Amino acid sequence: MKYEELVHRCFRCGYCKFTEDYHDFNCPTYRKFRFETYSPGGRMWLIRAWLNNEIKTSERFQQILFSCATCANCVEHCVFTFKDDLVNIFVAAREKLVSEGIIPPAVRDYLKNIYIGGNPYKEPEAERGKWTEGTSIKAFEGQEYLFYIGCVGSYDERAKKIARSVGNLFLKSGLSFGILGEKEHCDGNEVKVLGEAGLFQYLAERNITQFKEIGAKKIVTLDPHALNAFKKHYRELGATFEVFHSTQILAHLIRSGKIPLSSYEARVTFHDPCYLGRHNGIYDAPREILQSIPGVELLKMRQNKADALCCGGGGGNFFTDILGGGKDSPGRIRVRQALDTGAQIIAVSCPQCAKMLDDALKAENLTERLEVLDVSEILNRALA
Amino acid sequence: MKNILQALADAVGRDYVSDQPEEMYFYARDPGLMPPHQPDYVVVPGTVEEIQTVVRLASREKIPIVPMGAGMALTGLIIPLKGGIVLDMKRMNRILEVHEKARYALVEGGTSQGFLKSYLEEHHPRLRHSIPDSPATATIAANVMIHGQGRLTQQYGFNSDMVSGLEVVLASGEICRIGSCAVSPDWFSKGAPFPDLSGLFLGWFGATGIITKIAVKLYPRKKMRDVEIFLTDDEELVPSMIYELTHTEMVEDINIFVQPRPMIFRGNHHIALFFTGDTDEELEFKRKLIWHALDPYIKSKDGGFMGIPPVMKPTLLDMPQKSVSRFADVKKGGGFEYSGPIILVEKYPQCARKIVELAARYDLGYSGMARIIGRGHSMMYGFAFTFNRADSEMMARTRSALCEISLFVLELGGVFWKPTVEEQKMALEKMDPNTRALMKMIKANLDPLGIMNPGNWEVA
Repeated sequence: MKYEELVHRCFRCGYCKFTEDYHDFNCPTYRKFRFETYSPGGRMWLIRAWLNNEIKTSERFQQILFSCATCANCVEHCVFTFKDDLVNIFVAAREKLVSEGIIPPAVRDYLKNIYIGGNPYKEPEAERGKWTEGTSIKAFEGQEYLFYIGCVGSYDERAKKIARSVGNLFLKSGLSFGILGEKEHCDGNEVKVLGEAGLFQYLAERNITQFKEIGAKKIVTLDPHALNAFKKHYRELGATFEVFHSTQILAHLIRSGKIPLSSYEARVTFHDPCYLGRHNGIYDAPREILQSIPGVELLKMRQNKADALCCGGGGGNFFTDILGGGKDSPGRIRVRQALDTGAQIIAVSCPQCAKMLDDALKAENLTERLEVLDVSEILNRALA
Repeated sequence: MKNILQALADAVGRDYVSDQPEEMYFYARDPGLMPPHQPDYVVVPGTVEEIQTVVRLASREKIPIVPMGAGMALTGLIIPLKGGIVLDMKRMNRILEVHEKARYALVEGGTSQGFLKSYLEEHHPRLRHSIPDSPATATIAANVMIHGQGRLTQQYGFNSDMVSGLEVVLASGEICRIGSCAVSPDWFSKGAPFPDLSGLFLGWFGATGIITKIAVKLYPRKKMRDVEIFLTDDEELVPSMIYELTHTEMVEDINIFVQPRPMIFRGNHHIALFFTGDTDEELEFKRKLIWHALDPYIKSKDGGFMGIPPVMKPTLLDMPQKSVSRFADVKKGGGFEYSGPIILVEKYPQCARKIVELAARYDLGYSGMARIIGRGHSMMYGFAFTFNRADSEMMARTRSALCEISLFVLELGGVFWKPTVEEQKMALEKMDPNTRALMKMIKANLDPLGIMNPGNWEVA
């Protein structure tokens, strides 16, 4: 297994489970399950035992590995020099399980759907661009930016609204951009974190070739998960294009006066998506956008930025739901944390977080008191 | 055994009980060097009533039951030596009350050091508790159960001296309150002015009862905190230096460390002196008195204050000390263990020489760290060795070195802190027979079936 030489070095001291100031446990799976085995230290010790044949590949072991939201809270708070590789180690263990063909059915189905149909929704690839219907968003033909949507934004009803919302702002600002529509392919971030390295490489190389062929030099992503794949893993495979998240571009457009804003009165709290924040260090752009809207009062959740609690959708759980629901699920805890701020709106900048927190609001019966909106949707409400 | 699993699930909920190989593997060991032994069940209770139900079940079925905090003692005290149920207490982590004016906090039995620190900083910024160097996940209850020490130990003694009340579930499943809380709604004293019954539980490692609530004393938190380090290469002088420093009553905490790396540290004894103040004036006043106390040693050129690089200060002032955990990876191997006897400060020179001798003989990475307890009434001397968990031969050498220390400590008049089962046996053997008989009587009365963390403090 990759990183095998690191797994014995965990002391299981538990700093990885906390926020920086020890206010609360911040590992999504530990908060949900409360056995040490579901903490990063537990995983490290179990992976070592598994490699040494001291435990077998049971269903529970698979659940322990695949419930990890790869949120990187452990990477942020581990005290050891190998901390940067913690998520990589968990993904490597998943890769080994995938290569041995012993994986939970939900993971198998996700990977199979991508392999066969190119997306996890079993929808035709030809419908990837349907979210643009009724808009004047154009296909990419050498514009300055390629707007990459990803599977969730292309097919999920809630996420499609977010794609349209961002697209509308780009149009209003006069940004030179185009989309791939039916020619777009899965970015593969979740394929990679679920351990299918071969399929990921295939998807990544296909996308890199396509981006090169069409001359895309600047890519703006709707989904932080795609941003992560492009910025980190595609570069390892030779990609040279620049990558931005939509919030970075929107912040720039507002700064340049290309998105004129009027007042929108609302108390808003921002939820940092793991793949935007901890994984890629983008904390300021979405906040800058919200703070630029006259009338918006930005309220801080106690756990924010590098200490933000994951919505529970990371690491493939958005599709596989191995982390699962219940009152201690991270999404439900997160919306309760948002409620504590007195906010009316939970702002997000990730279509997966939007959907997860929407579901959590329903489960907590909080839909009358809170609303989950993408940063771009709030911006649209404030357009002059 | 299926009906027991079901009974446990009925008690705490199916999600919080496991008999699966993954939990059996993990909860069979701690991060130290003690041999593992698997439990039969791991239970993560959420309420006192659930614990009572589990204990009554254990009592009825004669199943061992082992309470566990974070398992950071490293001496195997949470390893279920005779199987049974491991009770992971960390779901019970609520802070129930902070009495600002009476300066105490009442918390549930699984509350971590980190939670209480964070809570006090946010809600009661003028109060603090004695934070140990163990990781933030270590629990308040487990720390006092092993008579842990912390940042306020030089001023106020062992962390267990700072307990101001306990709620304990006995082996029968009954709840027992210890201290003022037994007769009052207030948790300000663990014993006085009545007989102090806390000794029936503290230091027993769960062999007489399970702490479900604990009150600890809080102390003034000053606005500023600083550290000075006095260096000497003559270990013989350290006890008299400590005598002078503790006489000033200006110091919050005194640690003395020796370590071979970086190179310039080798052979020196670093006396780290932590002090606090609400104003610059107060801080400088204390600094002046501390410096003045050591003037003679500076004049005689036996030592001097070290200029602390700015990059080093945050590490020194960190609470809890993350650097302690980092010691585990010095050999890139994720392990360390230490023997930390409680011993007179005047024995410092022998201890400091012993660790260097053992590290050389067994070819081990080491760190020696003494923490002064009270006004020089005693010290904890930590003989710490780091090891590579993937190197069984190195682990064996570490075990041998620690075994030698156990014998050395007893000869030197020290007593074991958080002793391993072997050290408990050694201590009981050397113990005054009447004291030993009293311990036996206490254990037999409080745990007649021998189900409470069996193997620990068992008098033959």
